[in-house]
Amino acid sequence: MPEPAYVAAVVGVAAALTWGLRAAPFAVLGRMRDSVAVHHLSRHMPLGVMLILAAYTLRDIPTTTPMAALPIVAAVTVTVGLHLWRRNALVSILAGTAVHVALATALAGV
Amino acid sequence: MSRDPSYRFVVLPQSLAGPAPGVPLPPESRRAAVRAVVRPAAPVALGMVPLGIAFGLLVLHNGLAWWWATVFSAVVYAGSLEFLLVAMVATAAPLAQVALTTVMVNGRHVFYALSFPLHRVTGRAARTYSTFALTDESYAMTAGPDGQRWSSTRILGLQVLLHLSWVAGATLGGLLGTALPLDALHGLDFALSALFIVLAIDAYRAQPDLRTAALALACALGALLVLPAQMLLVAYGAFTVVLLVRCGLARRGERGRAGTEVLRA
Repeated sequence: MPEPAYVAAVVGVAAALTWGLRAAPFAVLGRMRDSVAVHHLSRHMPLGVMLILAAYTLRDIPTTTPMAALPIVAAVTVTVGLHLWRRNALVSILAGTAVHVALATALAGV
Repeated sequence: MSRDPSYRFVVLPQSLAGPAPGVPLPPESRRAAVRAVVRPAAPVALGMVPLGIAFGLLVLHNGLAWWWATVFSAVVYAGSLEFLLVAMVATAAPLAQVALTTVMVNGRHVFYALSFPLHRVTGRAARTYSTFALTDESYAMTAGPDGQRWSSTRILGLQVLLHLSWVAGATLGGLLGTALPLDALHGLDFALSALFIVLAIDAYRAQPDLRTAALALACALGALLVLPAQMLLVAYGAFTVVLLVRCGLARRGERGRAGTEVLRA
C-alpha cells in the first residue's frame, strides 16, 4: 500500500494546480467578456468541448476485431438513441453504461 | 415544466437576478429557488454517481484505502484526472510527473474562463469556491446564453450539487468495493463517455450548429492522429483557433456585404 504522506502530496499538487488552472485565467479573460470573439466562443465552445471530451474518452476503442469494438459501439448507440428519444440524461447514461458493462464483462470471459 | 406555476415563477427574469443581499427569501420562493437549482441539475448530478462508483472501485483496485476515494473526489475534484492520478499513485510516480499530467489534462480549463458566468457570483469565498468547482460538467451547464443571467445562488447551488454527488458516488464505490467482489465487472468507466455524449447532445439542442460539431470532431480526430499523447490540449487549441478564424471571416463577410450595399445605393 502506498505511503499516506505520498498520496496526500499527490492530492495536494494536483488540487493546487487544478484550482490554479481554473481560477487564474479569469484575471485576464474576464475583462474580454464583451468582445464579439469571446461571445462567439462562449456560444460554440460548450458543444465543441463536450464532443472533444467524448472523443477523448473513447479514443482507446479496440479495433483489432469487430467483436472487440462491439461494447463501445453498442453502448454509444444506446446512449445517443435514448437521449434523442427520451431526453432524460440519467436514463441515457445508466442504460448506456449498463449495456457497456454487460457486453464488456461477457466478452472478457470469452 | 411550464404547467408547474412555482417553477414558472422562478424562471421569471427578476427572480433570476436573486434577492438583494441580506434580504431573507420568503419560504415559498426559497423552496422554488431550490427547485430551480435541483431540477435541471439532478439528471447530470445523478449521472455522476455511477462514474463516482467506478472511480471508488478503481481506488481499491490500485491498493488504496476506500476513504482515499472521498479525499480525491472532494479535494482534487477533476474527474478524468482523478482516474489518472490513482493509476500513477499505484506506480509510485514522482510528484513532477503528477504535476505535468495535471497541467496537461486540466489545461483545457483555462478556456472555460471565456464563458463561465463568474461575474454573476457574488462574494469572495463564493467566487473562490466557484473557480475551484469549475468542472467540465458545471461549465457545460452554465456556459450557454442562459447561464449569463443566472443568479449567484443558482450557479453555486448547481456546483455544490455536482460536487456532492461526485463525492457521494466515489465514497459509495469505495465502500461497495470493500464489501462486494465488483472487480469482476468490466467497463464501468463508460459512464464518463456517456456523460459527455449526453452533455454534447444537450449543448447541441441549446445551440444547434452542425458545422460547430463537425469542426470539433475534426479537431479531435486530427489531434488524435498528430499528437495522441496530448490529444486534449491540441484539440482544444485547434478548436479555439478554428472558431476565432470563423468568427473573423463572418465579421469580414458582414463588412464586405455592407460595403457592396452602400455602393449599390
